[in-house]
Amino acid sequence: MKLYKLIAMAVVTLFLTTTGLALAAGTLETVQERGSLKAGVNGGVYGFSMPNDKGVWEGLDVDTARAVAAAVLGDAGKVKFTALTAVQRLPALQSGEIDVLCRNTTQTLTRETKNGLNFVQVNFYDGQGFLIPKDLGVDSAMQLDGATVCVLPGTTTEMNAADFFKANNMSWKPVVIENTSELNKAFFAGRCDVLTSDASQLAAQRAVAPNPSDYKVLPEIISKEPLAPVVRHGDDQWYDIVNWTVMGLINAEELGINSENVDEKLKSNDPKIKRFLGVTPGMGQALGLDDEFMYRAIKQVGNYGEIFERNVGPETDLGLDRGLNALWTEGGLMYASPFR
Amino acid sequence: MDRALNDTGQPAAARRPPIIKINVLAWMKANLFNGWFNSLLTLVVLYLLWKIVPPLIEWAFIGSLWTAAAGACQQSDGACWSVISHNFRFIIFGFYPYDQHWRPLIAMLLLFGLIFYSRDRKRWRKSLMYYWILGLATMGILMKGGIFGLQPVETTQWGGLPLTLLLSVFGLTAAYPLGVILALGRQSTMNGVRRLCVVYIELIRGVPLISLLFMSSIIFPLFLPEGVTINKILRAQVAIILFTAAYIAEVIRGGLQGMHKGQYEAADSLGLNYYQAMRLIILPQALKMVIPPTVSILISAFKDTSLVVIIALFDVLKTSQTVLSDPKWMGYSPEVYIFVSIFYFLGCFSMASYSRKLERELDTNR
Repeated sequence: MKLYKLIAMAVVTLFLTTTGLALAAGTLETVQERGSLKAGVNGGVYGFSMPNDKGVWEGLDVDTARAVAAAVLGDAGKVKFTALTAVQRLPALQSGEIDVLCRNTTQTLTRETKNGLNFVQVNFYDGQGFLIPKDLGVDSAMQLDGATVCVLPGTTTEMNAADFFKANNMSWKPVVIENTSELNKAFFAGRCDVLTSDASQLAAQRAVAPNPSDYKVLPEIISKEPLAPVVRHGDDQWYDIVNWTVMGLINAEELGINSENVDEKLKSNDPKIKRFLGVTPGMGQALGLDDEFMYRAIKQVGNYGEIFERNVGPETDLGLDRGLNALWTEGGLMYASPFR
Repeated sequence: MDRALNDTGQPAAARRPPIIKINVLAWMKANLFNGWFNSLLTLVVLYLLWKIVPPLIEWAFIGSLWTAAAGACQQSDGACWSVISHNFRFIIFGFYPYDQHWRPLIAMLLLFGLIFYSRDRKRWRKSLMYYWILGLATMGILMKGGIFGLQPVETTQWGGLPLTLLLSVFGLTAAYPLGVILALGRQSTMNGVRRLCVVYIELIRGVPLISLLFMSSIIFPLFLPEGVTINKILRAQVAIILFTAAYIAEVIRGGLQGMHKGQYEAADSLGLNYYQAMRLIILPQALKMVIPPTVSILISAFKDTSLVVIIALFDVLKTSQTVLSDPKWMGYSPEVYIFVSIFYFLGCFSMASYSRKLERELDTNR
């Protein structure tokens, strides 16, 4: 058994390293030659990546990939989306089936090291929370001792909940249900006191309640889930491009540049804006692109704020507040390094 | 025919037909209430039906909404069929460009037409093969585009019903001949061929289809040289074919073993060589004998194509599930799954009834 394991590991490592080496050269050239960007997405998370009723991809992750395509290829439409499951997503990136993974993937230490991947700038800060019926009379997750909790099996969600209750010396009874919509039904039918999930999902789950105002989300967030696009190890130029495109989307919001006023801003006298939009050359060239790469991304897709509002903001069915995802100037965590 | 005579030599008196044939009450007494146990069972079944059927009809038809918006559905207690009607085109066609949906539609109608035309065995001539080749080429061109002014559509955008049909029709038609070859190989007197077939069949049968699909979609690409990627649909298709063929091979081997030894000897004594003997004598009888188990395998393979959900191919089941993750339509899973199961039932039922027809037609022992 031990020998067998060792051989299996050796084979896998060998193939991972050889394919990794083989792919080390030039994702940028490959993408430009192909004329399209291959992006891996989830495919089933409303607001992040999901087809609409016309089969057109929509979502925050989808728009991030489109911004990269606009920056690199000049056309936000030139993205080929591949839906990937949780198991498929990392091998698909490692094997070169996709160029970039925008699939609500949490940045963790082992994913960066063992799996040979690089996470770029975070495009959504999520965290796990609790949804309760108001008549439970609870204001804090610390009062949930002895509660029955509806949770999906085999996810970090389940482990996080177990950690949380253990760390606070509280007892809990998990009600494990495989499928999200069945889980919701069980919760709204009163089979458990609490529903736990990522905060971005809780809002959607509350929205489908028979009477949404009877439910509320508790203030505690018990886990950190920084979701970021991912690229392969070993191609630093491509990493820089994807990283600075996402940073650029955030910077644009900070600089007050959006898809509608971007043409006027070209005439701005602010040196920061001039550098950003390529009026003062240098930034794009440093990445191996042309200087107008951010102009195109903003013009065609919009800045981070616009992308957020369009896909998950208060006007959508998800109805999320900016919260942690607000700019640092407005009390959030979205802080992008300067273009200079 | 003469009337039967009784012992006295007189014609027997005409008898009335059995009472259970003419009277509903008597029929019920004879069939539903003959004895306390059957009476009890009848009552229990009637009670359950009374409890289940009216609410079901109430839910599915009377109180249901067919075209209303999502908001109206939340107020109603009945079924919300509008989850289907609002998302119908996505469920059926997946990511195929919205204004090009007529192309997969025509391709599917063509396929159904060809299948329907091929039902009759009298039409199984060479010309039918040409029709199929022509039809499949047309379907391919329609789906893929790129010539005759049709906008090219990548296979990554194929989904929904056309994808399910593609996977099952090609999967089943390619697996069957492969299965026949494997079965013959396993019976072969050539040692190497036989061993190879045994290893293949046992290896494939020893793992679940899901693991084959995972291998094809996750492990396999890592082994390919740089820049070479093989189409995701093709990889799944090959996995399905390899899997189904192994099962069909074993069923056909059963048929081959069930043949009387005399048939083989007869073929030999006629001076037929191996291929002639197989083609003219052995296989026609063996394949006919195993129609029922073969069809069960084909039916289960047809349903198994839905497992591609786990490698995120958007077949008709996956597109339906995707609709359910839209907050507007979350919670209408019964409606969506009923819709999908109707589709699968129609497919399986027509396969089963066609196989019964074929069995009747080919029955030479009448």
